[in-house]
Amino acid sequence: MSGRIEVTSPLELPDLEKLLAGFLREEIGKAGFARAVVGVSGGLDSAVVLLLAARALAPENVLALVLPYRTSSPDSVRDARAVIAVAGTPSEEIDISPMVDAFAAAAGCDDPLRLGNRMARERMALLYDRALRDRALVVGTSNKTELLLGYSTRWGDGAYDLNPVGDLYKAQVRALGAHLGVPRAILEKAPSADLWPGQTDEQELGLTYADADRVLWYLVDQRGRPERAAEELGVPQAAVDRVLRLMTATQFKRNLPLICKVQLRTVGIDFRLPRDWGR
Amino acid sequence: MRIALAQTDPRLADVEANLAGIERTVAAALDAGADLAVFPELALTGYRLRDLVPQVALRLDRAGPVRDRLAALSERLPFVVGLVEESADHRFYNAAAWFEDGRLVHVHRKVYLPTYGMFDEAMDFARGRRLAAFDTRFGRAGILICEDLWHPTATTVLALDGAVLVVGIAASPLRGQGVGSADPSHLSGRQLAEVLARFHTVPMVYVNRSGYEEGLAFGGGSFAIGAMGETLAEAPLLEEALVVATVDPDRTRAARAAYPLVRDERPGLLARELRRIARGEGLEADEEDGR
Repeated sequence: MSGRIEVTSPLELPDLEKLLAGFLREEIGKAGFARAVVGVSGGLDSAVVLLLAARALAPENVLALVLPYRTSSPDSVRDARAVIAVAGTPSEEIDISPMVDAFAAAAGCDDPLRLGNRMARERMALLYDRALRDRALVVGTSNKTELLLGYSTRWGDGAYDLNPVGDLYKAQVRALGAHLGVPRAILEKAPSADLWPGQTDEQELGLTYADADRVLWYLVDQRGRPERAAEELGVPQAAVDRVLRLMTATQFKRNLPLICKVQLRTVGIDFRLPRDWGR
Repeated sequence: MRIALAQTDPRLADVEANLAGIERTVAAALDAGADLAVFPELALTGYRLRDLVPQVALRLDRAGPVRDRLAALSERLPFVVGLVEESADHRFYNAAAWFEDGRLVHVHRKVYLPTYGMFDEAMDFARGRRLAAFDTRFGRAGILICEDLWHPTATTVLALDGAVLVVGIAASPLRGQGVGSADPSHLSGRQLAEVLARFHTVPMVYVNRSGYEEGLAFGGGSFAIGAMGETLAEAPLLEEALVVATVDPDRTRAARAAYPLVRDERPGLLARELRRIARGEGLEADEEDGR
């Protein structure tokens, strides 16, 4: 390979939009539903998913949920409202501070990481509550970079029914976002889980998304050799090492819980029935 | 000869619904003036069946309601359809059946079962053991199923066996390469078929399904190519479609007059060399085992 490798869209953007909107429409339909719920954080991934869902199902069939905690950045809510206005979907804003604070007090927890996990799970609980109320499915927003680095809360933002952007690296989600009309403020800001003030993903991961995308693409999609990645991609060896460490350490998050095989056919092992069975 | 490329979106494991859809599509193809309709791989059953394979399998060697309805349908219009075939000894094949004039003319059982990456066909299906052309009311034809097309020798065998039409059917999930500088080792199916058509001066139709199963999006994009590699018809990506291609036997004749590649092929020489290679690598025994 020569020159700087950029991770660009795997398909022409209009085809990619058609593919992902069709995925949402057909797979939600086959599950017997016509509606979706999306948690909108004010960040890029959920903005892209909201716009895709609105195009797939018509805006009135998509509920945008904005679920800030009291330390969430005011920009997050502002940006969430901006993309909801573009999507034209109904929305609800619910402050999760009372629930999270009640948990912190009752459980005696003031560790920011644990509280961050609780916030993610509080949001998940609200998304699924609305989904049941509205007969809708929860659409996830984790991108491929996050999935492969395990950068999510198990059963929090990692819990959903289906996900249109899980095979797109961060840079690919950004290109799709620009195509779909995601507001510029969202396209340009530093990605953040916004679980505490001033947090950015890149700081917490110890990696830039640009490096993470390229290393992951090289290792996963191109089946490149780890020992050649730094040289071929022109990224620091430390970035390659960090990616490898995070990927291996979080493999459990990309699998369903293990079940001990006792009999002839076992759920999760050799009970090989498709999800779309008869649909 | 007018061939309808029936780019359908079957329902997984719902033979009744898919059969009804095939009947409707045959009627539409007739209205469009087609002489033959071609349906995708596993159009009767859907693709990602896994443990459901035995449940949707069809015996073609004896009468039965589904087989008989397919045969009856071919009195209206000849057609090729992908299905799961069960043999008398209960092997399950990813197969394609050519029906015309109320009878089953030929069954091709997929020879090359992809079992790598996202594919696990050899877990669920038995391998076909024959590659042969057969006579139809339109002349001699051959059928290949998806991965069969990625083995160019399969097309060579059909051309040498006299095929003047190769029908390829597929259930090919869409997968982009993910980087701007396209990987040159990945020829698209379309480029591949153009090359195969030109190498064998044979018209090829390729019918790929549309729709989604389990997160897989089947790309559609069916096409027909003439014996000189020229595009005769193409269907859109990612949606159901019915497109009619006109294949002109005169163009095939002209291509073969200009490029007598099939005439000059050396089957005896190839057979001798292949026997030598197979012997050397112990592959002959493997074939005899029927694996």
